[in-house]
Amino acid sequence: MASRPRPLSPHLQVYRWQIQMVTSILHRATGVILTVGSLLIVWALLALASGAEAWGDFTGFAGSPLGFLILFGWSWAMAFHLINGIRHLVQDAGLGYRIESFTTSSWVSVIGSLVLTAVIWLAAMFLRGDA
Amino acid sequence: MSLRLRHPLKTARGLGSAKDGTHHWILQRITAIALVFLSLYVVGFVAWLAGSGYGEVREAVAHPANALLLIAFLVASFWHAKLGMQVIIEDYVHTPWLAATAQLTVIFVCVLAAIASVLAVIRIALGA
Repeated sequence: MASRPRPLSPHLQVYRWQIQMVTSILHRATGVILTVGSLLIVWALLALASGAEAWGDFTGFAGSPLGFLILFGWSWAMAFHLINGIRHLVQDAGLGYRIESFTTSSWVSVIGSLVLTAVIWLAAMFLRGDA
Repeated sequence: MSLRLRHPLKTARGLGSAKDGTHHWILQRITAIALVFLSLYVVGFVAWLAGSGYGEVREAVAHPANALLLIAFLVASFWHAKLGMQVIIEDYVHTPWLAATAQLTVIFVCVLAAIASVLAVIRIALGA
């Protein structure tokens, strides 16, 4: 056995940050966030099924500052995973592999997710009559 | 460092292909395509109901079309979540017992969450 540490394949720290890395990492990160966050949907539906009091507990949490923060972050995670997921499906079809289009579509995912999050919350506020 | 001297290829050679190597990949895409539509619907549904009272929300969920689409969303998303989490664990967790425990936990949580939420929608839809 060699006594010195074996060489490892290069990992994140040796690369210059580029947008394609960001979208790739964020896709996994938002996937995990959405998985954990989807347990909130379970809570919401179980509360809705069990009665007005349980539902009140849920909406009380959703309306609290912490709940708002979670819902807001979750909606962004969903927006990003959705748009970047569509990007991945397009790439699965064999399209968009030129470096320029790869970079451009990465930016579309990042900026598009912020725009979609804003649209979701504006729509919700508008429908609620707050705005 | 493993002390096993036999090359992994030696173990695998001759066993042939399992013939279902793309199964996971394809299921992940099928659920992804379904979720493109279903998640947009759910986001719209939730935004539409923002600020509504208990009765209103229950009535909306109980509507047959909404109940159907919600259940489709729940099944597709927990299935997709299980497939995605599985790959992440395969990539990053290298301790065998930890990897197996994590995989089992993901499967059990996803299946239970899917059953619990689908049951809740059915109870609401049937007015129970």
